[in-house]
Amino acid sequence: MPDVLVLVDHDGERVHKSTYELLTVARRLGDPAAVVVGTPGTAARLREPLARHGATTVHAAESTEADEFLATPAVEALELAVREVSPAAVLVSATTDGNEVAGRLAARLDGGLLTDAVDVDSSGVATQVVFGGSYTVRAQVTHGLPVIALRPGSCEPEERPVEAGERELALPPVDRAASARITARRAALAGDRPELTEATVVVSGGRGVAGADGFKVVEQLADALGGAVGASRAAVDAGYYPHQYQVGQTGKSVSPQLYIALGISGAIQHLAGMQTSKTIVAVNKDPEAPILDVADYAVVGDLFAVAPRLIQEVAVRREAG
Amino acid sequence: MHIVVLVKQVPDTAAERTLSEADHTLDRETADLVLDEINERATEEALTLKEAVGAEVTVVSMGPGTAIDAIRKVLAMGADRGLHICDDRLHGADAVTTAKTLAAAVRRLEDVDLVLAGNTTTDGQAGAVPAMVADLLGLPQLTHARELTVDAGRVRAERETENGEATLDAPLPALVSVTEKINEPRYPSFKGIMAAKKKPVETVDLDDLFPGVDDTGFLATRTHVVDAVPRPARAAGIRITDDGSAGRQLVGYLIAQKLV
Ligand SMILES: Cc1cc2nc3c(=O)[nH]c(=O)nc-3n(C[C@H](O)[C@H](O)[C@H](O)COP(=O)(O)OP(=O)(O)OC[C@H]3O[C@@H](n4cnc5c(N)ncnc54)[C@H](O)[C@@H]3O)c2cc1C
Repeated sequence: MPDVLVLVDHDGERVHKSTYELLTVARRLGDPAAVVVGTPGTAARLREPLARHGATTVHAAESTEADEFLATPAVEALELAVREVSPAAVLVSATTDGNEVAGRLAARLDGGLLTDAVDVDSSGVATQVVFGGSYTVRAQVTHGLPVIALRPGSCEPEERPVEAGERELALPPVDRAASARITARRAALAGDRPELTEATVVVSGGRGVAGADGFKVVEQLADALGGAVGASRAAVDAGYYPHQYQVGQTGKSVSPQLYIALGISGAIQHLAGMQTSKTIVAVNKDPEAPILDVADYAVVGDLFAVAPRLIQEVAVRREAG
Repeated sequence: MHIVVLVKQVPDTAAERTLSEADHTLDRETADLVLDEINERATEEALTLKEAVGAEVTVVSMGPGTAIDAIRKVLAMGADRGLHICDDRLHGADAVTTAKTLAAAVRRLEDVDLVLAGNTTTDGQAGAVPAMVADLLGLPQLTHARELTVDAGRVRAERETENGEATLDAPLPALVSVTEKINEPRYPSFKGIMAAKKKPVETVDLDDLFPGVDDTGFLATRTHVVDAVPRPARAAGIRITDDGSAGRQLVGYLIAQKLV
C-alpha cells in the first residue's frame, strides 16, 4: 500500500487529537506516515502515541529554528517527504495553520487541494461543507497529488498499535527573505473550556448580552454544560468578548451536538457558522428574531431570566444524578 | 513604496447563494455580487500607509467582467490604478490556479514592496490563497494580521488564530493578509467615486500573464465535484414563551435529548 502523509499537530510535548483523526482517516487510503516538524527531540517524544494510532513511519523534520518561522518549515518538510515516498495523499488538520500549509504545498507541487473536508472515503472522495453549511459537496482530486485538509472533530480517532519506523528529513536552513519569523507568542486563553471548534456543546452570546459583564452568564452556562463559549460578530465588535471566539461567516464554523444562542438575532452570516449543529436552542426576547425559526427549541424570553434558571436546573439534575 | 491589494468580488453573504446545476460552480447569474468586505479592510490598510509614508496603490482582481465594479470601488476609496485579470478559461478555477494567476499578475507589476489581501473570502477556499500567493512569489507570509506596522524596510504583524496570537516579523517585500479586526474601512467619497472613473485599469488575460503557455492545456482546476446537495433548511421546532418556567422546561428537553 502507498504511504499517506499526515502532518502532526503538536505542542512539542503532546500530539493534538486532530492528528489521531487524520491517522484514522489516512488508513482508508494507505499506510499512515506521520511527519513531525519541530525542534530536535520532538519526534522521539511523540513517536509512541503516533505508533499507537497507526503511524507506520514517523518522519522527523527537526531543526532548532523549526518553531521560529511561520508555516515554512512544515511546507518544506512535507515537500521533502512527498519527494521521498511518493504518497497517495497528504492530510493536514483544517486549522488556520494547517490550511495555509496545505495550500502552499499544493501550490508548490501543482497538486489538488481539498479544504474543509469533513470526511474522506477509501476512493479519496472528500465530503465538504460549503457556503456556511448550505451545501454538502463531494469532490475528488483529478490532477496531481491530493492534499486534503480535514476539519478537527470530523471522526472518532481509533487506536491501531503498530511498530513505527523512524526516518529523518533534513530541513534546509530557512530563507529569511521568504519567511516570517515568530518573535513572540501568546497562547489562546481557553482556560478549562474545550476548544470552540471541537466542543460538543457551544453556548454563544450576542449583542443582547449587553456587555462584557453580561458574558459571565454565558460562561457560567457553558461551564455548567461542559461547553465552549462563542460570540456573534456584533458582540465581538462591541468589545464584549474576544474576536477569536466569533462564530459565523467570518469567524469559526462550529458543529456541536448542542448550540445555545443567547441574545443573538440569527443573521444569515451568524447562521453560516452554526447551522450544521445537531441541536439548536435559542433564547431571544424578540418573537420575530430569525434565530427562533431555525431553533429546535426556541424560548421567547429574557436571557437574564432564562439562563440563570437553566444553570440552576442543570446543577440540580446533576446532583440528583 | 508600491502596494498591491488583491481583491475579490463575491456573492453577497446577506443573500442566498446557489451552485449551478451544470458544473457546480457558483451561480453568478442569480447572485448579488459585491466587493468582499474584508478587502475593504485590506484597502484601508494600504491607504493608511499611503497617507503615512507615501505609496502607490494598485488593486488587482481576478474575475469575470463584473469584477470591474469591485476594482472601481477600491479606486473610489483611494487606490491609484487597477489590474483586472479577465479570462473565460479561469471559470471554476481552483485555489492553486487562482494563486498562480494572482502571483503572475503581481510579478508583472514593478517593484512591489507589499502585497495586501483579506485573510479569507466569504465564498470558500479556507483562507489558503494569500499564503499560496506568498509561497509562489517567494515572499514571507504575514497572514491573519489584526495589526500591521511597516518601518525601515521591515513589516511586523500581530497574527490572530484559534491558537492564540503571534508577533511576526519579516523584511519587505512581503505579503500580509488582514482580519476583520484590523480597522474600520472608509466609505468612498463622492469625489472619490468621480475620480475613480478616470483612474487607469488595465485588463489582462492568461496569454498576457503566461506567454507561451499553450492554450489547449490550461488547467483551471485539479479537483472535480462529484455531487453537490443543498442541505435541507432547518425546520422550526418547539417554541415556548418564558413565564418563569422556561429554564425548567428547557432542561427537561435537554435531558430527553440526552444532551445533559
Ligand atoms: C461580510 C459579513 C460577515 C459577517 N460575519 C459574521 C460572523 O462571522 N458572525 C456573526 O455573528 N455575524 C457576522 N456578520 C454580522 C451579522 O450580519 C449580524 O450583524 C450579527 O450576527 C448580529 O449579531 P447579534 O445577533 O448578536 O446582534 P443583533 O442582530 O443586534 O441581535 C441581538 C439580539 O438580541 C436580542 N436580545 C436583546 N436583549 C435580549 C435579552 N435580554 N434577552 C434575550 N434576547 C435579547 C434581540 O432581540 C436581538 O434579536 C457579518 C456581516 C457581514 C456583512
